[in-house]
Amino acid sequence: MDIAAGLLHGFAVALQPANLLWCFVGVFLGTIVGIMPGLGPPATIAMLLPLTAQMNPAGAMIMLAGIYYGAKYGGSTTSILLNVPGESASVVTCLDGYQLARKGRAGAALGIAAIASFIAGTVGVLGLMLVAPPLARFALAFSSPEYFALMALGLAMVVLLAGRSLVKALLAMLVGLWLAGIGTDPFSTTSRFTFGRMELLSGIDFVVVAIGVFALGEVLANMEAREEPLALPVPRGLRNLLPTAKDLRDCRFAFLNGSVIGFLIGVLPGAGSTIASFISYGVEKAFSRRRDEFGTGVIEGVAAPEGANNSETGGALVPLLTLGIPGSGTTAILLAALVLWGFKPGPLFISENPQLFWGLVASMYIGNVLLLILNLPLVPLFAQVLRAPAYTLYPAIIGLSIVGVYSASGSLFDLALLTGFGLLGYLMRKLDYPSAPLILGLVLGGAMERALRQSLMMSEGSLAILVSRPLAAAMLSLALLILLVPLFTRLNAWRLQAMEEEK
Amino acid sequence: MFRRSPDFWSGLALIALGVYIVTATRGWDYLSSEGPGPAFFPRWYGIAMIVLATGLMLFSAKSAAGDWRGVARALGAWTAIAVGVVLMKLVGFALGFAVLSYFIVAVMYRRPPLQSALVAGGVVAAFYLIFALALGVPLP
Repeated sequence: MDIAAGLLHGFAVALQPANLLWCFVGVFLGTIVGIMPGLGPPATIAMLLPLTAQMNPAGAMIMLAGIYYGAKYGGSTTSILLNVPGESASVVTCLDGYQLARKGRAGAALGIAAIASFIAGTVGVLGLMLVAPPLARFALAFSSPEYFALMALGLAMVVLLAGRSLVKALLAMLVGLWLAGIGTDPFSTTSRFTFGRMELLSGIDFVVVAIGVFALGEVLANMEAREEPLALPVPRGLRNLLPTAKDLRDCRFAFLNGSVIGFLIGVLPGAGSTIASFISYGVEKAFSRRRDEFGTGVIEGVAAPEGANNSETGGALVPLLTLGIPGSGTTAILLAALVLWGFKPGPLFISENPQLFWGLVASMYIGNVLLLILNLPLVPLFAQVLRAPAYTLYPAIIGLSIVGVYSASGSLFDLALLTGFGLLGYLMRKLDYPSAPLILGLVLGGAMERALRQSLMMSEGSLAILVSRPLAAAMLSLALLILLVPLFTRLNAWRLQAMEEEK
Repeated sequence: MFRRSPDFWSGLALIALGVYIVTATRGWDYLSSEGPGPAFFPRWYGIAMIVLATGLMLFSAKSAAGDWRGVARALGAWTAIAVGVVLMKLVGFALGFAVLSYFIVAVMYRRPPLQSALVAGGVVAAFYLIFALALGVPLP
């Protein structure tokens, strides 16, 4: 199926009334989730995932993806009005967005954020549509060694970029691999790490870990403080939310920069929208004639990062759908969702499920239009969400987490596990362990072990198979390089520190 | 006042986990006639965990005392969730979740008892209406 035919087919799927409704529900929920500080898209998608088990997969995927990219739009509202990012990708938007709001230009900042998100988000979907099918065809040549090497490379990238400490990111990933290994070994039926519990024989449900680490962990971390920040007022009326012609002229390069950088960074596993928005902001500042004014309320300082973090979504879906390799916590949950509904993301995904892939692509075009409509005139309404008191919000999130886990398995044992993973998620935040490598380790662990063992069966036990095939060797070398270079840098820093202390 | 860093303790805990993983794999096949056994992959990541966690522990810097009040609030909330889950098993979702919600509103956020009871009751009622009645989702 060529791109034009695929897209037409996709619009036929996405424009079905039920799928349109799910698209609206997704982007609406996404906007709210993005606005609320402390509740990110991974937590929301994880909580809703069990409830989608009975849904039509196309509708469910359209809704979950809507939450994913909708949250990027909503995140800017909190950054601009509260100086608190609604989600991590909107951190950079605080720099100039909040300053613009303090100068009485909150409307223009919110408006340009919505317009940049729309333009770059649409470019991101265009990129997904053009890049994914050829990449999937290329990946058809992959066998077990290439898959193992690709997953190792993906994990290495995520580990490298996930947090401040490479060692902690690696340890989080190893814990994820261990969690993935709990249960019955598929090759030999040996029970592994089950502590004699029957409930663990089939492994730990991904949903339990994701909801515990993301949703409960976030709630616990937010409950440390009793005080709630105060939001700046939002101007009412569409006229006050529209940027001026000069604003739009000033942002021409920012729209382009955000769209291109966001998509390219999105395709790389692990980089994510936060890094995309930082790089895009940096590029915008470097090429700007008024770079000294950045941070004081410059409109392009809002447009560039907001564009990048929305374009990144399209890029991040490329490796997820064509290679089955998620690049972040949220895409890992989307991968788990696809597996839950019986799909196998990978090179054959697009050709075997054209209605799902092209339906998703078309729904993202529609979703971006819906988000522009929602986020321009209705921003004052959405901003009211910020006035919802935490003491009503947190019991609802905890309840949703409990119901989500229970509805997936019907097991009270899983609720006990959920509580444990909630504590783990909180401790990881407190101790500065990134959660994305843990989730990715958990999602990829089983497939990675399978690919490694199949590779070694192919070679009758010789590890040389991993380095004798050019593509696998190149990817493994790159993964090794990614992990070793910063470790040597760190060792050198420790050595220098020890020498200083000896003096 | 300086004390052992949190990295020291988390490193120690991860070494213990790594030792457990490696020890557990000793009971399973590492290599069999058909290829790598169930111990093959876990043993390697278990060893990697021990090595990395040892590095983290050894090179952890000493740190000043942290915000223990915030930690106590979070752990208090976690204990309430754990007790709430046990209560759900014993007395059902409605009562267990109502007690948990009341605790969060009244104790964690210091709202008056009547307001706390109204919020707790409202949240439980909303969950019943949306999930049990409208969506047919089973509640614990």
